[in-house]
Amino acid sequence: MKSFLSPEFQVIRDMGRCDQCRGCERQCSFGTHGYIEALDVMTSDDSKCSGCQRCVIFCPKNALVIRPTQSSYRPNAVWSREKLDDLKKQAETGGVILTGCGSDKPMRIYWDHLLLNASQVTNPSIDPLREPMELRTFLGQKPDAISLGEDGVDITTEVGPNICLESPILFSAMSYGAISYNAFKSLAMAACNFGTFFNSGEGGLPKDLREEFGRCAVVQVASGRYGIDAEYLNCAAAVEIKVGQGAKPGIGGHLPAEKVSHLVAETRMIPEGTDAISPAPHHDIYSIEDLSMLINALKEATNYQKPISVKIAAVHNFAAIASGIVRAGADIIAIDGLRGGTGAAPKTIRDNVGIPIELAIASVDQRLRDEGIRNRCSLVAAGGIRCSADVIKAIALGADATYIGTAALVAMGCTLCQKCYTGKCNWGICTQDPRLAGRVNPHIASRRLANLLRAWSMEIKEMLGGMGINAIESLRGNRDHLRGVGLYEWELDVLGVKGAGE
Amino acid sequence: MDKFPPEPGPGLADCCQVHCRIPGPDESAFGRPPVAGGSVPDGATEKERGFTMDSREIDASGLVHRELNDRLMEAMLSGADRLVVRNVYGQRYIGTRLYQPGQSKKLEIEVFGTPGSDLGAFMSGHHIRVHGNVQDGVGNTMDDGEIVVEGRAGDVLGMSMRGGKIFIRDEAGYRTALHMKEYLDKKPVLVIGDSAQDFMGEYMAGGIVIVLALKKKAHRANFIGTGMHGGVIYLRGQVEKSQLGREVEIFELDDQDREILDRHVGEFLQRFPELKVSREEVLKENFVKLMPLSKRPYGKLYAY
Repeated sequence: MKSFLSPEFQVIRDMGRCDQCRGCERQCSFGTHGYIEALDVMTSDDSKCSGCQRCVIFCPKNALVIRPTQSSYRPNAVWSREKLDDLKKQAETGGVILTGCGSDKPMRIYWDHLLLNASQVTNPSIDPLREPMELRTFLGQKPDAISLGEDGVDITTEVGPNICLESPILFSAMSYGAISYNAFKSLAMAACNFGTFFNSGEGGLPKDLREEFGRCAVVQVASGRYGIDAEYLNCAAAVEIKVGQGAKPGIGGHLPAEKVSHLVAETRMIPEGTDAISPAPHHDIYSIEDLSMLINALKEATNYQKPISVKIAAVHNFAAIASGIVRAGADIIAIDGLRGGTGAAPKTIRDNVGIPIELAIASVDQRLRDEGIRNRCSLVAAGGIRCSADVIKAIALGADATYIGTAALVAMGCTLCQKCYTGKCNWGICTQDPRLAGRVNPHIASRRLANLLRAWSMEIKEMLGGMGINAIESLRGNRDHLRGVGLYEWELDVLGVKGAGE
Repeated sequence: MDKFPPEPGPGLADCCQVHCRIPGPDESAFGRPPVAGGSVPDGATEKERGFTMDSREIDASGLVHRELNDRLMEAMLSGADRLVVRNVYGQRYIGTRLYQPGQSKKLEIEVFGTPGSDLGAFMSGHHIRVHGNVQDGVGNTMDDGEIVVEGRAGDVLGMSMRGGKIFIRDEAGYRTALHMKEYLDKKPVLVIGDSAQDFMGEYMAGGIVIVLALKKKAHRANFIGTGMHGGVIYLRGQVEKSQLGREVEIFELDDQDREILDRHVGEFLQRFPELKVSREEVLKENFVKLMPLSKRPYGKLYAY
């Protein structure tokens, strides 16, 4: 069938600069570039281009420009180009439209409507370059009260297991299988070097990484239950039950057989070349009571030494659900918002299901405070955290820490071309093709990631100091340090912040 | 700064004074001799075999699940080989915690009473025999080992089981062997003496399920193997096509299947001598084999 799709991108080659080195041809796994030997000329097929910019950056002669195509349908505010192209694609295949990365729709980003406070006159600001500034964060259950021993110094209260982060930023769950071994290892190395944690996702933890990187891993137990054994659970710092994901709340995942390579199969403990199907629900969790049972099973399986996290997608009424999760015994709740990323999700789910993380984190923090159980678990905000300001605003809204996924991938080279589901990632991140995966060097990529964490931490310290605060803990849920601009009253109400100038 | 949670508080070492007593060596309830040994005459005593089995008894009455499992863990860490747990009334997660990095010893645990849900969940290699019925979630994500139940099992039996064996003498509930999986020679085996309920083998991705229907011979379950994409189910007796999920098909047995049935039915009957049937009697009946039509039931769902 002749495809009626029009190319999204346009490849512009400066023939004067191009010396036919064929580098772009080698770089592109989608087959955009070609070479005609008889004419000694490079060709390109715009329809195959994903716009990932790999060839542009690696062209030694700077001969390439890739830009959104200039040809367009008749402009139409109702029937956008994307809508038309999706319709054509479905007419040609009869399938569900897949996509990768977080939602790119212009839904309101509340971070950009929140402004931070700073000290002037009545309260001195603090210079983090000269004065101590505490970003260390503990995730896990905190006791209702502290009791001291006879000497008045030793704490006699039994405190449940907590994990310690040097900065309130963790790497979000990205499974080995969805991302390449090298990208996965880069996250692990960076987390260990920096003093934070990476999340294994639901695809298991390769055996050769357990000893070295288990101590900074949060391992997931998801509905597919891949690669789970006692060693997997016990080598990690914490265990996370994945109930939902912001990019695709309410549905499971299908890792296509093409991505189930020999090593992925071994890590997930499923046959090579079969689809890895994660059911939509955990079939042993149909209620808060059932969740409590799985939380307790995992506490048993880890000898009560690891905090148990529950990751849910931010959906309607979820503050009440979160309250149930705390009462079910979770030590950490990770909440993934509407803009959370994914390796593959139906586009209609990604763009239409869930609520923004800013509103979610504010309402759940308030709800748990109202019920007097906020101390019983830590909150981790995830889904669309783009910069250090987003981190600090999330904490002021009530989070203990934040998960970053997309930002970490961008640090490794990702350009959000949204073709993760094809398994052909030219940046070597979201692929199992050894030739492509080799493009990520864990030593270099982990340095890029650690640099990112360091830079964000410095910025967070600067902003904290400016507010006259010297410990991140003092900012948690401290919404007096936020003001909203350009927001409706109901939005200010949900966020629990005043308007700017108030 | 120590990034890791502190070691568990005191209490692990000083158990077993009240609840655990050490009885004399006892015959094994698992239909096989204790480990170790080698070629020694059959009548040899434990001493002549070169070791004595550390067998202990635990009274579970009045204990909540965490306390009971504390006792089991303490017993394992202090060198027990075999545990007899009496008066079990709904305590969950028996066998779940029994893992110590670097330690590979496997226990034999006999349970008297009715254990609670998630018996043997995430279990790594121990053998449990229950003298009674069991509840839901038995063998949930079990990694290795064996569970023998002299009675019936509840729902989601063997869910996401990855290895080891489960033998249920009587019936099993809904969604048995849900998303069971396998990898190379690590294949879980589940044998049920009677029948199971609807959605047996749902999402099944690997492993072997054998349902013997010893009492009824007719299978009542519907939607068998819905979404199944790996592994095999053998049903003794008849099953109608209308009882199957869309993703499975009935296949004829070949010699390899006969061999598998012969082995696992033999193991099953060895564990339940009280059934008083011979392997030949069971195997002479007709068996149907269910396998998925495709390893990729949802492969054509998406537009690329």
